[in-house]
Amino acid sequence: MAEAIERFVPDGATVAMGTALEPAIPFAAGHEMIRQGRRDLTLVGPISDSLFDQLIGAGCVARVCAAWVGNVSEGLGHCYRRATERGEPSAIEVRDHSNFSISLALWAAAWGSPYIPTRTLLGSDIVTTNPDLEPVDGAVLVRPVRPDVTVLHAQRADAEGRAHLWGPLGISEEAGLAARRVVVCCEELVDAEVILSDPNRVFLPETKVAAVVHEPGGTHPSPLQGHWRRDHAAYRDYAERSRTAEGFQAWLQERVLGVPDRAAYLAAVDRDQLRIRHRLPSAPVDYGDA
Amino acid sequence: MPDHTPQELMVAAAAREIRDGELVFVGMRLPILAYGVARNTHAPRARALFELGLLRDQPAAGFLGTMGDPPNVAGALWATRMSNVMALMAQGEVDLGFIGGAEVDRFGNLNTSYVGDPARPRTKLPGSGGGADIAILSRRWVTLMSHEPRRLVERVSYVTSPGHGDGPGWRARVGLSGGGPAAIVTTLAVLRFPEGGGEAYLATVHPGHTVDEVRAQTAWDLRVAPDVAETRPPTAEELAQIRRLDPDGFWTRRG
Repeated sequence: MAEAIERFVPDGATVAMGTALEPAIPFAAGHEMIRQGRRDLTLVGPISDSLFDQLIGAGCVARVCAAWVGNVSEGLGHCYRRATERGEPSAIEVRDHSNFSISLALWAAAWGSPYIPTRTLLGSDIVTTNPDLEPVDGAVLVRPVRPDVTVLHAQRADAEGRAHLWGPLGISEEAGLAARRVVVCCEELVDAEVILSDPNRVFLPETKVAAVVHEPGGTHPSPLQGHWRRDHAAYRDYAERSRTAEGFQAWLQERVLGVPDRAAYLAAVDRDQLRIRHRLPSAPVDYGDA
Repeated sequence: MPDHTPQELMVAAAAREIRDGELVFVGMRLPILAYGVARNTHAPRARALFELGLLRDQPAAGFLGTMGDPPNVAGALWATRMSNVMALMAQGEVDLGFIGGAEVDRFGNLNTSYVGDPARPRTKLPGSGGGADIAILSRRWVTLMSHEPRRLVERVSYVTSPGHGDGPGWRARVGLSGGGPAAIVTTLAVLRFPEGGGEAYLATVHPGHTVDEVRAQTAWDLRVAPDVAETRPPTAEELAQIRRLDPDGFWTRRG
């Protein structure tokens, strides 16, 4: 992970994360960006269940291009508030979107379109405060948003970067297609034949993938279908501790800066209690004949 | 003492907004429970869409802290990308959407973005999420919020999710396809809007509260329906459903 972030997420990069919305958020990758002291990032995503808040509080962020920044089960993002209201620890620029418009902005970049016209956001003040959205007669033009790198966490991938992600995809496909390159984190690193037995489930072309990181448990506290439940208590703990800047710094030291890597982070998590217990495998499909 | 919490009453009131057979854009928090209650009581043929990319009929078998929790995916009718779910709403096929609100005004415009100057806000709220999309594209929508004068304001300073704008006819002028807000379910009352849009009025007051109290907790001069009634408390069946879906009171019995 350290090498992937070092090589593919430089200072000033535009980074898309949390693209499946509440599930499969690559917290391990975000925490590594914090440990490496990244600065001036532009974060792109739909709702970011707490990860963007943590990067903002750690001072890594110059701009946020998202539909929502907070904590889905607990409410407000306290670091996001301090940064936007008081410039602490540093001021950030906000380019507000809705969930639909950030998806369209990424599709526009993915398709190489100068804009995509839509009827969503007509009548919303979001078009008056985000220069990437232009109201015209009866429509809003959504300008492309192109990530330098999209970081995703999938259930399984092979060493070539072909990944299977299942469950709701959110905006993962357009975020991956629009990005200059993709870092795939995975719960399981498997043989190519496992992945290629079901090419419909490969959600991005391998040509986009710059790095594959085997990082089990990398989505905690967010859930991952078939592996992990959401750790609601961890989200509550973060919400309470991040209420003050001092509380956030103590949390950051304990859970991010003071641990060398994900394995050390997970040692303090009750993983047995979060593991998925009920198996529900799908039926295989037949891709013959050859 | 009533045998239900204010949140349980809000869930029951929200559930009754769902008609049988409807396609519902569910959103997060209390509406997730409201959908489950409706589906298991009066709306057995309703279906639920979740913006991260899910379609369901049955409520999830396990507790949901968010729409993305694994029990909401197990047993789904469709697991897909967000833009496919938005496509249905953009075609006018979503009957009802739910939106969480921070501030609402007399015309049902919602602010979940900025209190004060957006360039230097007094309070930065999390943002639209899918709220603006639901407000603009669903056939009708309902918002739930705590009833306080700082939340039910004369005019929101920033319109994240447009309601009826500046009054009747505004949505058609701006080109909004959906019908706009149908109701505001609060901790004290249910407010409704006239057919064709316009200003919210007090339709029902929750048990234990009064019209005067509701008006005092509303920052504009709230109109009162001539036939204003008491909100029907949750039935035993509705309460049983709520407590099955939220067994630890995470959503409905927190401090």
